Amino acid sequence: MPLEVLVVEDSSGDIRLTREAFRDVNPFIHLEVAHDGVEAMAFLRRQGAHLHAPRPDLILLDLNLPKMDGRQVLAMIKDDDSLKTIPTVILTSSEAEADVLKSYQLQANCYLSKPMHFEAFHGLVKSINDFWLTKVKLPQNEQGDAPELSIHTGPERSPKKSLGTKSLGTRRNNESDRRKRNGH
Amino acid sequence: MAIEVLLVEDNPGDVRLTQEAFLDANPSVHLHIASDGVEAMAFLRREGSHTKDPRPDLILLDLNLPKMDGREVLAQIKKDESLKTIPTVILTTSDAEGDIAKSYQLQANCYLTKPVQLNAFEALVKSINDFWLTKARLPQSR
Repeated sequence: MPLEVLVVEDSSGDIRLTREAFRDVNPFIHLEVAHDGVEAMAFLRRQGAHLHAPRPDLILLDLNLPKMDGRQVLAMIKDDDSLKTIPTVILTSSEAEADVLKSYQLQANCYLSKPMHFEAFHGLVKSINDFWLTKVKLPQNEQGDAPELSIHTGPERSPKKSLGTKSLGTRRNNESDRRKRNGH
Repeated sequence: MAIEVLLVEDNPGDVRLTQEAFLDANPSVHLHIASDGVEAMAFLRREGSHTKDPRPDLILLDLNLPKMDGREVLAQIKKDESLKTIPTVILTTSDAEGDIAKSYQLQANCYLTKPVQLNAFEALVKSINDFWLTKARLPQSR
């Protein structure tokens, strides 16, 4: 079943590496890209050209971005009751202690620094997939107002995949019943 | 360098399994235990018998706890300017959609469900160590 990941990143090289790494580790991920902070907020709020944008299951957010800084994007996401539940992972080349602290103060879900070497970057994307998109329970994606048929009209989507999204809730509920343990 | 982890968990079996799994996964983890929500907050605020306790680098928080519920503990951590930067991972048997949504609303850093099987539980502790204590950058303890 497809998972929607929004990458907010201005470096075309890093976008390409992220895309390739996700394609290797998990072909069920739909990667959407916003190249600056303003575009990221328009995507999340389904404004302008992003009217039919899906709600992401996970956001990977760079800090240093044109037009609107990543710190401000993070603050706006975490200040918005409907967006704050989307796990937002900072993925940046900054190693500065102040950036780490500021991001956690603004309630980033986690902070990762981009490694310089390709293999290490690939390994980090694999870790993000193995942890955030495999082990972690994400909040159920309320697609909200977007009608089912128009969610998946983008060039990379097929109607088959939208059925996958719809069945997500059922699968999780069954799992929930199976996993109930005594005493908790 | 030691990594301080606070486990807030009332079930002694789960405490023991977590201790053993961390011992295997990363011997430099110091695991501290609070067995209810009130004790967790006293530990974090260094009150009572906890004046000398360290500030944790990571908190693993169960939701269903005696005295003070894990949801209330989470809300108090994330409302406190000095505590809110400590990554707080929900680790619970509940996978009710309502608990997941509520935890993210309260700004839990992530939500994990405890697997029933022992080897899956050990693997999950290893994942927590690999991701949070190895890959992720944590704020420097002050």
